[in-house]
Amino acid sequence: MTQNPSALDPKKSFQGLILTLQTFWARQGAVVLQPYDMEVGAGTFHPATTLRSLGKKPWKAAYVQPSRRPKDGRYGENPNRLQHYYQFQVILKPSPDNLQDLYLQSLAAIGVDSVLHDIRFVEDDWESPTLGAWGLGWECWCDGMEVSQFTYFQQVAGVECSPVSGELTYGLERLAMYVQGVENVYDLNFNGLDGDARISYGDVFLQAEQEYSRHNFEAADVKKLFGDFERAEAECKALLAFGERDDKHLMVLPAYDQCVKASHAFNLLDARGVISVTERQSYILRVRELAKACGAAWLKTDGAGLVG
Amino acid sequence: MSDLLFELFSEEIPARMQAQAAADLKKLVTDALVERGLLYEAATSFATPRRLTLHIVGLPPSQPDQREEKKGPRVGAPEAAVAGFLKSAGLASLDEARIDTDKKGGQFYVAVIEKKGAPTLDVLAEILPATIKNFPWPKSMRWGAASAEANPLRWVRPLHAIVATFGPETEEPEIVPFEVGGIKAGNVTFGHRFLAPGALKVRRFDDYVSKLYDAKVVLDPARRRDVILHDCKDLAFAQGLELVEDEGLLHEVAGLVEWPVVLMGEFDAGFLDIPGEVIRATIRANQKCFVLRDPATGGLANKFLLVSNVLASDGGKAIAAGNGRVVRARLSDALYFWQTDQGPLPDFSASGKPPLDQRLEKLRALNIVFHAKLGTQGQRVDRIIALARELAPKVGADPEKAARASELAKADLVTEVVGEFPETQGLMGRRYAELQGEDAEVAAAIEEHYKPQGPTDRIPNAPVSVAVALADKLDTLVGFWAIDEKPTGSKDPFALRRAALGVIRIILENGLRLRLADLIDGALAWHLTEPDPEIDALSAREYLMTVKHLDIAVGLAKRRRTERGEIVAPTGEGYLRAAGVEGELKAFFADRLKIDLRDRGARHDLLDAVFALGGDDLVLIVRRIEALDAFLKTEDGASLLAGYKRAANILKAEEKKDGGGAFEAAPSGDLLVEAEERALFAAMETATAEADAALKAENFEAAMQALSTLRAPTDAFFDKVTVNADKPELRKNRLSLLSKLRRAIHLVADFSRIGG
Ligand SMILES: Nc1ncnc2c1ncn2[C@@H]1O[C@H](COP(=O)(O)OP(=O)(O)OP(=O)(O)O)[C@@H](O)[C@H]1O
Ligand SMILES: [Mg+2]
Repeated sequence: MTQNPSALDPKKSFQGLILTLQTFWARQGAVVLQPYDMEVGAGTFHPATTLRSLGKKPWKAAYVQPSRRPKDGRYGENPNRLQHYYQFQVILKPSPDNLQDLYLQSLAAIGVDSVLHDIRFVEDDWESPTLGAWGLGWECWCDGMEVSQFTYFQQVAGVECSPVSGELTYGLERLAMYVQGVENVYDLNFNGLDGDARISYGDVFLQAEQEYSRHNFEAADVKKLFGDFERAEAECKALLAFGERDDKHLMVLPAYDQCVKASHAFNLLDARGVISVTERQSYILRVRELAKACGAAWLKTDGAGLVG
Repeated sequence: MSDLLFELFSEEIPARMQAQAAADLKKLVTDALVERGLLYEAATSFATPRRLTLHIVGLPPSQPDQREEKKGPRVGAPEAAVAGFLKSAGLASLDEARIDTDKKGGQFYVAVIEKKGAPTLDVLAEILPATIKNFPWPKSMRWGAASAEANPLRWVRPLHAIVATFGPETEEPEIVPFEVGGIKAGNVTFGHRFLAPGALKVRRFDDYVSKLYDAKVVLDPARRRDVILHDCKDLAFAQGLELVEDEGLLHEVAGLVEWPVVLMGEFDAGFLDIPGEVIRATIRANQKCFVLRDPATGGLANKFLLVSNVLASDGGKAIAAGNGRVVRARLSDALYFWQTDQGPLPDFSASGKPPLDQRLEKLRALNIVFHAKLGTQGQRVDRIIALARELAPKVGADPEKAARASELAKADLVTEVVGEFPETQGLMGRRYAELQGEDAEVAAAIEEHYKPQGPTDRIPNAPVSVAVALADKLDTLVGFWAIDEKPTGSKDPFALRRAALGVIRIILENGLRLRLADLIDGALAWHLTEPDPEIDALSAREYLMTVKHLDIAVGLAKRRRTERGEIVAPTGEGYLRAAGVEGELKAFFADRLKIDLRDRGARHDLLDAVFALGGDDLVLIVRRIEALDAFLKTEDGASLLAGYKRAANILKAEEKKDGGGAFEAAPSGDLLVEAEERALFAAMETATAEADAALKAENFEAAMQALSTLRAPTDAFFDKVTVNADKPELRKNRLSLLSKLRRAIHLVADFSRIGG
């Protein structure tokens, strides 16, 4: 097989764009992690962000996170909204003074030319009611398209961030559409090859989008999901109780997984439209309670940098 | 005189906060200066996405000197008192104090403290950092490593640089020496983020503005708005289109750019099937772009205008194309929502009812809470149906249509489009109703029942719309009054003032002869009666309407069920509240009406004069005010008022002596001795009878005309007759005559409240 540079070119291949971002942030000293192996709505849920953003210990990480948003399913018919898509997540603690510049440099690295495109920081204060987290920042626009979320975390899991982390979340498909100049996400060139060897985003994901949209809106078993939620909630609490040791905690991460599970069950139920407005609030609160308890437990571990 | 240039350069400031922040900056700094005796000639402030700038002109170089005299203890006072005095006055010894003598010859010390005014530069060095530290951002944040320390600097977004220069126009200004959050004030700022990112060394405002302009930053937001509006109109005109102007959006986009460049984008004409309001809402909310109208069709064009922050090297082609792509994706979502709403709803389609009815079923099934104490949206819909049906005949509407429109009025709240764009509520309901073949009046009422939304909004006048609009608003008002959630001060979270004004406007503009008390009781009854097989709700309701005994309704409430099915007895407080609602709400309506009429130019004393009569038929109240206003402008009216005042003043004075009500008895004909008093008496007989008859016929002009015949006899009476006659019985009779005159005039309005 001959070497094909397009396979790594961020302007020609989806994978090239991911690799370029990884390289860029690795050069900035970030730990390049792999995706968390659970269903999450956003890269923020990865413990490398939620939990690591708590406590004093400096931290820099970057990773791709497959993100599931059941409600965003469009049966493969929307040009840029997917119920499963890839986020590229960067978390830097403490937030560096030149974070905006670094972000713009990373865009330049993947071929977004700021002389040709209109890049904008538009107010979008981020809040995750389920995570008990909020921060101030922007959605970053490229020619009117929201391609990233940029946040200075102020609070996570109910805990004041000290110091504040900077979080960048790139919407990879939308960025790739820009640099590749395609109108529809499914037309993205995934591997950068031409002719028969070309694999498009649609080749990889179109069928999945159709099937999961059906699943999310029509088929997901509501009763089972309510059960999933209850069980995950109970398990999370049980594990937190199990790990409690005076001023230390020995079982935060497994407990946190259950919090993530409850959150996803809730998202699916929400997509099925079976949660009323009042109930919705109480489910959100229940997940938040779990997240807060996990955050508090995390602060008692070495990971937070307070102990040992 | 010297000028200050002060700039705070940060990461992007939210557009919606910029104007207030610029105003706050100016106020905080100038107030602090004035407080320290530093007056200035002029101050202006500006904001861009990345900077807040303040320019103050004409400050003196230093504060005025101050001289203060401080009185001390007597000469020879104990040592401790002397020491305290010296310390507080800052004197080294008593030699520095003066000795004064008071009136009684006692001698005491006086310290003269002279304070030299500090240089303005020093004062600024104290004021400016304090302003930054205490800036009233609606939301502020911490950042960077410093955020882990105690009391870090907070700003709306990370703050990067500060310019603060001060000096006379003719000299090189000085840098105000201060540092805050590790940032030292200096004379360096930066140009446009992409077009000219370099550092700019500035001296004072003039060169600052022009250097920024050269570095592609238009400092003044008003100027950026002008550029945008002007270019938008030009571009639209060139394509034969019209800009759909949007003041709010214009302000917002001007806050998103430092160098505005307007570009035109395009989307597939097929999307024009989506209702124009939805297209506009989508493009506005998500993309912050302006839409265009095609004068040929009257509808929207498949073009839009975007405001870019850069002058791109390809003239903006890529930017316009990129925005077009996003707009297309958004419209594709909107189209998806719009079509989904027209189809069957999973889990609710079994009934085979039309799409909007399925949404209503979902609304009911979800038990969406309207307000914790007022039940669900479904219950609210039921009340509105009942009330609208009842109001319909009174406003000339078909009760069945009013009921149907009420039934569907809130169904669009669970549609996808309204979920995404709440501002399209009502309108979407109407569209979907039309699509499922509802009656045209019903469909229109679904949209119009929310109207009027504000003082400039259209008032519904189609009878079905009127019935539903009144029912909706009355239900809300009565409900919130019943649970004691009334507007207070500037707080009116449920927009109750707007609802009350809406009711007033609808009644007046349509000339509806409805009594507020009936409207309130009618709506209240549906709040108090809950469907319950044990209770014959309607008869109890009728009872309530006829005998107005709220305890009947409370009797119903007593048997109301809680969620758990227990029977709850009403508390005494609940009873009192129910009984108080009618009175309080009537007073609230009266207040709103007064404010509304005053805003539209009515004299407030005339409002008081008419409102003093009571009454709750708004149409009559307003007609009476109008007639009164017209009457007082005539000569007859003016002099009748003068006669009235004279009579009233005399009565007031004499009532003080004889006691209130002393002259209420009818004057006796036998005791009328003078021709003039007999004439007034006779004139009053006819005038009152005529005025009475006219009032019964609701002809206020005629009533006032009738009273105006009293003018001549009243004038003659005062000319010729001595009221305070020597004979007590004559005096009393004459005063009774005046009292009768006062009562007669009060038939049309309380003239005592009318100003001179
Ligand atoms: N459903 C989706 N499909 C594809 N990309 C998405 C989707 N949702 C969000 N993104 C992209 O991921 C980035 C980060 O996600 P974020 O959590 O900010 O999404 P969001 O603000 O909820 O998006 P939106 O407002 O478009 O729904 C966004 O800036 C956007 O580019
Ligand atoms: Mg976002």
